[in-house]
Amino acid sequence: MAPVTLEHVDKVYAGGVKAVSDLSLQIRDGEFMILVGPSGCGKSTVLRMIAGLEEISQGSIRIGEQLVNDLPPKDRDIAMVFQNYALYPHLTVADNMAFGLRMRQLPADEISRRVAGAARALGLEPYLDRKPAALSGGQRQRVAMGRAIVREPQAFLMDEPLSNLDAKLRVGMRAALADLHERLKVTTVYGTHDQAEAMMLGDRVCVLAGGLLQQAGTPQDLLDHPASLFVAGFIGWPAMNLVTARLIADGGQLAASFGAHRLAIPGPALAARPGLAEYAGREVILGARPPDFDDAFDDARPSGPSRARMPVSVDAVEELGGENHVIFVIDAPPVEHKDIAALLADADEDEAPVPLAAGKSLWTARVSSGSRVRPGDSIEFGLDAGRLHFFDPVSGLAIGRTEPENSA
Amino acid sequence: MRFVFSPPADEAAGLLTLPFGEPLEEWQDDRLVEIRQRGISRHVVRFVADGGELYALKSISERLARREYRLLRALAELNVPAVEVVGIVVDRGPEADAILVTRFLEYSTTYRALFSSPRTGQPTDRLLDALVELLVRLHLSGFFWGDCSLSNTLFRHDAGTLEAYLVDAETSEQHPALSAGQRAWDLELAAERICGELFDLAAGGMLPAEVDPVHTAGQLLPRYEALWEELTREETLRPDEQRYRIAERLRRLNELGYDADEVELISAPDGTRLHVRTKVAESGQHSSELFRQAGISADENQARRLLNDIASFRGYLEQRDSVPVSETVAAHLWVQEVYEPALAAVPAGLRDRLAPPEIFHEILEHRWYLSEREGRDVGTTTAAQSYVDTVLPQVPQPLAVSIDDLTGPPDGAPEPPEDTVLR
Repeated sequence: MAPVTLEHVDKVYAGGVKAVSDLSLQIRDGEFMILVGPSGCGKSTVLRMIAGLEEISQGSIRIGEQLVNDLPPKDRDIAMVFQNYALYPHLTVADNMAFGLRMRQLPADEISRRVAGAARALGLEPYLDRKPAALSGGQRQRVAMGRAIVREPQAFLMDEPLSNLDAKLRVGMRAALADLHERLKVTTVYGTHDQAEAMMLGDRVCVLAGGLLQQAGTPQDLLDHPASLFVAGFIGWPAMNLVTARLIADGGQLAASFGAHRLAIPGPALAARPGLAEYAGREVILGARPPDFDDAFDDARPSGPSRARMPVSVDAVEELGGENHVIFVIDAPPVEHKDIAALLADADEDEAPVPLAAGKSLWTARVSSGSRVRPGDSIEFGLDAGRLHFFDPVSGLAIGRTEPENSA
Repeated sequence: MRFVFSPPADEAAGLLTLPFGEPLEEWQDDRLVEIRQRGISRHVVRFVADGGELYALKSISERLARREYRLLRALAELNVPAVEVVGIVVDRGPEADAILVTRFLEYSTTYRALFSSPRTGQPTDRLLDALVELLVRLHLSGFFWGDCSLSNTLFRHDAGTLEAYLVDAETSEQHPALSAGQRAWDLELAAERICGELFDLAAGGMLPAEVDPVHTAGQLLPRYEALWEELTREETLRPDEQRYRIAERLRRLNELGYDADEVELISAPDGTRLHVRTKVAESGQHSSELFRQAGISADENQARRLLNDIASFRGYLEQRDSVPVSETVAAHLWVQEVYEPALAAVPAGLRDRLAPPEIFHEILEHRWYLSEREGRDVGTTTAAQSYVDTVLPQVPQPLAVSIDDLTGPPDGAPEPPEDTVLR
């Protein structure tokens, strides 16, 4: 196991297309690092550069202490795994895991030791003498993982490893991967376009867009402290509600005003965002995460000075079993910004926003499944104003965000 | 439901009456057939015989189906041997996957069938050479396979050699060009899979004792590198030899089944450096020539063999009649008097065993064998009859069989249990 370090890495393809720009990222020894972003963000290129499938145009990549810029893939001691697997029906589970080591002509006792260790980690010890036909689908997947594990690589690289699986198997494999990493603690770099997968698996998540590092941090950090409008919109489901608001001074306090709404910004929130006060009298892009709302019937709602009130008319309620999504219209136009345009360009057809009458946009609040809010209700939502997000309307960068210690 | 088919697809129109609204694994239709000795796919795959054609239908997500459809079409445009994609069926209902339809490769066989057929001898070298050829063609065309294995390849006999066809493009990627790292990775994956497949054959008692899986898999890389070097190497030319050396190099490329896409000459202190950007030829020169002369479609080595026979026949005609005979007339007479009568000797029940040019090639081989034994030329007619009586019946039946016929193994050979790769 080893850390993987990228320093000022560029990748420029023939014709001048820049796929990755000045990427610096330290993946710690034993860390599960997710590279996430929309199509064309550069995540696959980064993985391929680490693997040695793509040459880097500038910068350096180290695996452990070794500079690997010019090393061929086979000499990098990494395993690219799980894209495809083939189990061989006449070979036992043990032989299915061991044949790659036999090919590399490792001593028999070393092969036995490694297979036993992998079987232990994967819960496959009772099945080592069985043939694949006698295994369940999930057990077969674990045998395939075992084949990579017995190589004992410095790091695993996985590029959209679950994308070819059906939905049910994907959920099972995701859990198995998380569990396996917990046990083995092998440095893992994992590329996906699925932000939910990223948030579930990653010790840290690195968001890329257009070949540029947007932010790297723990899943919670990305949710709570997005560095930019792009990260705010990409991470989290349902997506963050956004609106262009004017910051106004209001009796010694600052408030955000949009449509018919005015949300007072609590003093501690203002203090925690250096520079925000300087936007008084100007526009900002304001963000509110759907879980930060509570409905008037929620007895567990927070109270206190940070709780702002938002009277709304409910348009629709999506009952999802464990939670409800309450959709309502606000009298303010959707935010127009290049970061938002980039997100929309990547959205699936059914995620694309429904066009509304001019000057209006849709917001979502996530409430408990016990909520009694119904379509057509006029209610007053509570909103934790201490958790509002503010972005510069030109740069799209978060205002007053301080860099946490565990970033790139 | 939507059907997206690559034109022309007239003969595939019969597929539209299949029960696409139902899950593929639950289909009941008289047109369903099974393929012997095939691998188990990660996905549901069924085979359908319709209108004299055989199709493979694979149930996969729409995203993957569209991707594979696009990649297989791109491979066809680049003349890389691969199964022919017919179309995809999407919007089959909520939660239902798409279906990718490919045409099953006529007269093809699998590596397992080759290892279990005693008539062809130990096929390891021919399999590796065919796979190397396919990998080089893919790589020259900017394709990263990502899943190269013997299981993901179908093979066709080509006058003593094998030609490999890519079957599964699920993990393939198309790039403007591949880096050395991408090629190396594809080869490493391929070598590991070949090794696993041979270990598996050995464990199933199907691998000849003299074949060492590790050694055989290790042969892939040097063979690939030798061909890659031959096709792409840069060489330094003296001014006085430039002209003929360039022509020589291009001729060699053509002989190997490739074309020069671009020839670059770079002045250097020690002479002129010749760099040739190689591409896969539209079709082999012998195949093109045979088609031009005789209107017969054949693979490259078969075509070479048949062209030689046409040339001999022309010589015979000129000697017999003591007048020059044009190439066109000779080829026309050869088709009428030699090729078609020889193939007409093949009874209907054996015609699906091998492609017609391959049968003719084997008849020529058999003629040589009989003539050697008898110390005189026995002639093609006698050889054809003897071949049909004694050799062709030993050729394994085609891979596709009716589901009802799957009760017994082909040719009386024991069908190995679970003779499949689980994927």
